[in-house]
Amino acid sequence: MITHDYLITAAEGLHARPATNLIRLAKKYKSATSLKKGEKTVKLNSMLNILSLALKGGDTVTLIVEGEDETEAAAAIETFFKEELKHL
Amino acid sequence: MKGIGASPGIAIGKAVVVEKKRPRLTGVILQGKDEGQREVQRFEQAVTLAVTEVKQVIDTLAAHDGSTEVLEIQIELLQDEQILADVIEKITTEHRTANDAVMEVIAAAVATLHNLDDAYLRERAADVEEAGHRMLMELDPTLKPGNLIVGENTVLVGEDITPMDILSVDITKVIGLVTRTGGKTSHAAIVAKARGIPAVVGCGDALAAVKNDDTLIVDGSEGELVVNPTPEMLKEYTAKKKAFTRQADALNALKDTEAVTTDGVRVRLMANISNAADLEASFAFGAEGSGLLRTELLFMGRTTLPGEDEQFEFYKSVALQAKGKPVVVRTLDIGGDKPLPYLYLPAEQNPFLGYRAIRICLDRKDIFITQLRAILRASVFGDLKIMFPMISNVSEIEQAKVILEDVKGALRSTATPFNAAIEVGIMIEIPSAAIMADLLAGEVDFFSIGTNDLCQYTLAVDRMNEQVKHLYDPFNPGVLRLIQNVIEQGNKFHQHTGMCGEMAGDVTATLLLLGMGLREFSMSAASIPYVKNLIVNTSLTTAREICRTVMALRSTSAITQYLQDVTKP
Repeated sequence: MITHDYLITAAEGLHARPATNLIRLAKKYKSATSLKKGEKTVKLNSMLNILSLALKGGDTVTLIVEGEDETEAAAAIETFFKEELKHL
Repeated sequence: MKGIGASPGIAIGKAVVVEKKRPRLTGVILQGKDEGQREVQRFEQAVTLAVTEVKQVIDTLAAHDGSTEVLEIQIELLQDEQILADVIEKITTEHRTANDAVMEVIAAAVATLHNLDDAYLRERAADVEEAGHRMLMELDPTLKPGNLIVGENTVLVGEDITPMDILSVDITKVIGLVTRTGGKTSHAAIVAKARGIPAVVGCGDALAAVKNDDTLIVDGSEGELVVNPTPEMLKEYTAKKKAFTRQADALNALKDTEAVTTDGVRVRLMANISNAADLEASFAFGAEGSGLLRTELLFMGRTTLPGEDEQFEFYKSVALQAKGKPVVVRTLDIGGDKPLPYLYLPAEQNPFLGYRAIRICLDRKDIFITQLRAILRASVFGDLKIMFPMISNVSEIEQAKVILEDVKGALRSTATPFNAAIEVGIMIEIPSAAIMADLLAGEVDFFSIGTNDLCQYTLAVDRMNEQVKHLYDPFNPGVLRLIQNVIEQGNKFHQHTGMCGEMAGDVTATLLLLGMGLREFSMSAASIPYVKNLIVNTSLTTAREICRTVMALRSTSAITQYLQDVTKP
């Protein structure tokens, strides 16, 4: 299992459009992926779940990846949080 | 009642109000496992159907340049694994029908989002509700807008009129559209423009007062809606409608007329397009080819760069659609203001003054070479020309041409056919280029003036900035002098000069530009008949006279006023 904390740097948080990209990205891998903010953990397979986390700019979110391709999946999602989210 | 005019013209007809039907919970408890399994199957099938339907709408909208972002989110929500899992669990463990299960799960999700402390997320509740409604309509077809019975001269009135609503009526009897929500790019606006019927959108809550069979006057040109007009108003608008139809017919009759002034000067009127479908539509307006094919759409809305073959197919489809008419292909014009996520362009302080267009292409040669190879390979299928955007000096043209020659050499070495004599031009949109048009003229086959950027760079105005956008005006005497210089230098060096900015389709500017010596105008296709109407009714002598008068005026307002006066029919 790989876990990693990310700071949401996009001022407007994780909106529907980037959420769509994130879900599509996570679905490419076999590993189970979830996001945790505070006490709440949701699976990274649902737009509704991500929206209900209400992630805003400045929030810290924990990514949890577990499965056979967890290294690749975690790396891809890292790129998403660190690079792509700024441009979406 | 005031709204936004979304499709011009005047319609006088009877209101038919399109209402969304609300489903009701049945409270039925399923008996036995088989029924549960059947409901799960019904639900899964409904989701598949709903997704297919949304995808069809996306395709329709994409062909009309409409925004599909909202619909992409719909697809994601329709396939949301949490929603799907919750619904299936409700069916199997609580023995609810698929319809009831969907309603309850969606209601719970909507409530969750409504309770969040974030205005944006609360609005997304409407998206979830819409997705739920789509599922329910597939589960219970009686909820679909239904085949509205419409008589002759129907004006559809609704929240928004979606392409799906349109499918449910006899559209040939619909003469106008009116909606409570939406703007110029809403579903209703797109549908109305495609059908050529007047539409007023965004009328607001006042629209609730409109009942079935009310007499409505829809003035799509002015964005005005009149409910149950007085006899005087009816008379007034009937006359207006006749005048509009007469004008439209006259413009339509011009479609196959050549754009020649009364003293025999030939002008080319072309369309700005984004794909082959646009080009086909532009021929209906009498376009003689395209003076600007934007290639950005090929690169947007995706996660990787489009490959050479994919680009080749795109340019080839446009070249074939052009049926021998010229098409000017502008190479990638992208920058910090419209970034491509996969290019990882850094955020910039001043994206309009930054790393964009030809500056990216000369730096990221891989992207440039792929695009040039694809355009050249497609050049055997029609009269394609290549145009480089954002040129600010001679060196950029030289570098771009060296790369182009390298690409040609590589194609030759593999015996790949292409048009070796393909014309090469540049956009004139940076003031330095406009000022030294004489130095650039010898380097290329043609110029195309991009008035939008030229105006904003010359006047140092960001036209998206509400506080200064009033300073943005292409009729500023300084901007006009730059434009005149480009046209004169282009003509002096016997290379043709076109214009593809918004000014080219602005009828107020037509005669002035003609008088300056412009002979090629590329614009949004719908403007072509209006510009042509002016050209065929004027002589070059008059146009030159107008140009001389304008160039002696000192202020933007005096120039605009004068041009409006001389342009009036």
